[in-house]
Amino acid sequence: MRHVLSVLVENEAGVLSRVAGLFSGRGFNIESLNVAPTLEPDVSLMTITTRGDEQIIEQIVKQLRKLITVIKVVDLSYEQVVEREMVLMKVNTTDNTRAEVLRIVDIFRCKVIDVSLTDLTIEVTGTQSKIKAIINLLQRFGIKEFVRSGTVAIKRTMQLD
Amino acid sequence: MELTGAQILLESLKKEGVKYIFGFPGGAVIDIYHYLPEYDFEHILVRHEQGAVHAADGYARSSGKVGVCLVTSGPGATNTVTGIATAYMDSIPLVVFTGQVPTALIGNDAFQEVDIVGITRPCTKHNFLVKDVKELALTIKKAFHIARTGRPGPVLVDLPKDVMQAKAEFSYPDKIYLRSYNPHYEPNKKQIKRAINLLCKSSRPLIYAGGGVISSKANEILTTFARTFRIPVTTTLMGLGAFPADDELWLGMLGMHGTYAANMSVNNADVLISVGARFDDRVTGKISTFAPRAKIIHIDIDPTSIRKNVQVDVPLVADCKLALENLFNFLVDMDDVNWETKHVEWLEIVKEWKNKHPLRYEKSGTYIKPQFVIEKIYDLTKGEAIITTEVGQNQMWAAQFYNYKYPRTFISSGGLGTMGYGFPAAIGAQIANPDKLVIDIAGDGSIQMNIQELATAVSYNLPVKIIILNNGYLGMVRQWQELFYNKNYCATVLQKNPNFVALAKAYGAEGFRIDKQEDVEPVLKQALFSKNTCVVDVIVEPEENVYPMVPAGASLTEMLLV
Ligand SMILES: Cc1ncc(C[n+]2csc(CCOP(=O)(O)OP(=O)(O)O)c2C)c(N)n1
Ligand SMILES: [Mg+2]
Repeated sequence: MRHVLSVLVENEAGVLSRVAGLFSGRGFNIESLNVAPTLEPDVSLMTITTRGDEQIIEQIVKQLRKLITVIKVVDLSYEQVVEREMVLMKVNTTDNTRAEVLRIVDIFRCKVIDVSLTDLTIEVTGTQSKIKAIINLLQRFGIKEFVRSGTVAIKRTMQLD
Repeated sequence: MELTGAQILLESLKKEGVKYIFGFPGGAVIDIYHYLPEYDFEHILVRHEQGAVHAADGYARSSGKVGVCLVTSGPGATNTVTGIATAYMDSIPLVVFTGQVPTALIGNDAFQEVDIVGITRPCTKHNFLVKDVKELALTIKKAFHIARTGRPGPVLVDLPKDVMQAKAEFSYPDKIYLRSYNPHYEPNKKQIKRAINLLCKSSRPLIYAGGGVISSKANEILTTFARTFRIPVTTTLMGLGAFPADDELWLGMLGMHGTYAANMSVNNADVLISVGARFDDRVTGKISTFAPRAKIIHIDIDPTSIRKNVQVDVPLVADCKLALENLFNFLVDMDDVNWETKHVEWLEIVKEWKNKHPLRYEKSGTYIKPQFVIEKIYDLTKGEAIITTEVGQNQMWAAQFYNYKYPRTFISSGGLGTMGYGFPAAIGAQIANPDKLVIDIAGDGSIQMNIQELATAVSYNLPVKIIILNNGYLGMVRQWQELFYNKNYCATVLQKNPNFVALAKAYGAEGFRIDKQEDVEPVLKQALFSKNTCVVDVIVEPEENVYPMVPAGASLTEMLLV
């Protein structure tokens, strides 16, 4: 099963490699990983999506907690959460297709952030399934460039005890 | 007053109560060595950094204190890695200080630069790179705190040369709080209740104890617990000495080279109380058939140990000592249970297993039997020595045929199985225990991996004894080849072993050779009671095997017996 882990860590050098090294060294998989500082400058939040059976996920969570620089780990799979990913992509357009691409963009409430004669740059934010759906629709126009963030997810504001 | 980083380091070590530093100098740590003579530490100059770490580890295992190492950057640092990994696998508290190139050069492939923090990340409990002299004292405080608390382990602190030269005010923190590190010592009351329920209902309980009993100083309560409630005890290799081997409840070690009684008991127990052990594959054999009839109570300070390899019925994340004390206090007050009689039948069955297949070996033959040598060492030392081991058959015989009565008297690389561990570890143990007899039971292969430390032992007048069980083979590997690989002895014959007696003498140690049965006792006596570092080369049966043996991956009941 897919799990989304919210991992609060000390914002210091090497913390990412401690976490990444834990996953590779123990043969756990990382599907996506997002790291950024929180509002407290000395704390960062990692959102890790991973897969495994219950025992593996339990080990992953415990092993993460064991790292000295990890402050808190929450498995969001057992919580009510909002999940988002962001995609930026350049979709080929011609005078004939532009209108249709814009219509799709509109329906999905994406944003056009750049326009040229040959393409549109689009920003999509949403769940994995929404992103999958829009990719499916836009693929036939040709997606020239594509970048995607890892999942970020929120339950409630995490606070230090 | 402002001090240099080097001075702050040494002042901090003083505050931590450090007496011995095992080390080897170099350019990146020369500032530290410059100030060292102004302090009261005894610095033990080894001959290889791996030796320094194993020695600090042997010091830690035999004393319960934190072992301290100091080495230079680059090759000095990489030479510590095997020692650090050895300590990590066995949860031994060490603080290893490595020199580093100046901060401005880090990342430039500077001379003798290596990313030792990166290299040791997966084999340390934690590690630090100190970039600012103002953070040095606090970092050292953290390092010792992390090394010795919770599940102990090695911590590495990387010290750039410019940080050692920079100056700062020195003040050492009394207390430390780490928001992200708070080991959990107290057992959960609900789980204690559940454990008590199981134990009260059990008719065939078994205690399976590991190294955690020794590191948490739970051996006394464990012994009282077992004796009061009449529960037989087996331990892992790491747990030897946690329960007195002369007690009638003692079954011997379990696992791949465990006793018949221990392995049969695991197979038939209805409640297994695991204390400070981690269900390693060398202990469990085929995991799906391990303790098939037992409900498992698992006491461990490290949550990751629990349900890593086996499903357990009662998880108790706690300090072993506190957990056992808690259980004891409840159980001892149970009026309706007669512990004297509760497990009588079970103890009878266990006793039969003990009598049916005790540890034994074929006594005939032209060669000296290695097991006989260990038995003799036991007789001569009356079980009062500290035994360290190398790795292989020598290690298993030392585990089987010497009866350990006290914790911290059997010192061996369990988790990593590091050849070359035993001799430097013996040096550390001898330094921690100057009045004790310290003996390294060695193999002819392993001893050559850190034999250079003879110079260290002789330099510091350490009367360590090395007893080489010289079988002319990398014996344990040869045994596997014999049993499972059609006797294809590829690369396990040690053809040109050195003359160990001459080698010992070249280093200034005493050397003895034993090749006749009748010489074993008198020559051993001579060596063991000598005041000098001694090497005893005992020519033993070349193709002797360690039994019982559970083939890798087989169930514990599938034992090959003598
Ligand atoms: C550093 C290291 N390299 C290789 C091994 C694999 N190994 C395990 S036991 C053994 C043989 C050890 O030979 P010896 O020291 O002569 O001991 P014996 O088994 O003959 O008593 C080897 C090579 C190891 N454990 N450690
Ligand atoms: Mg050998």
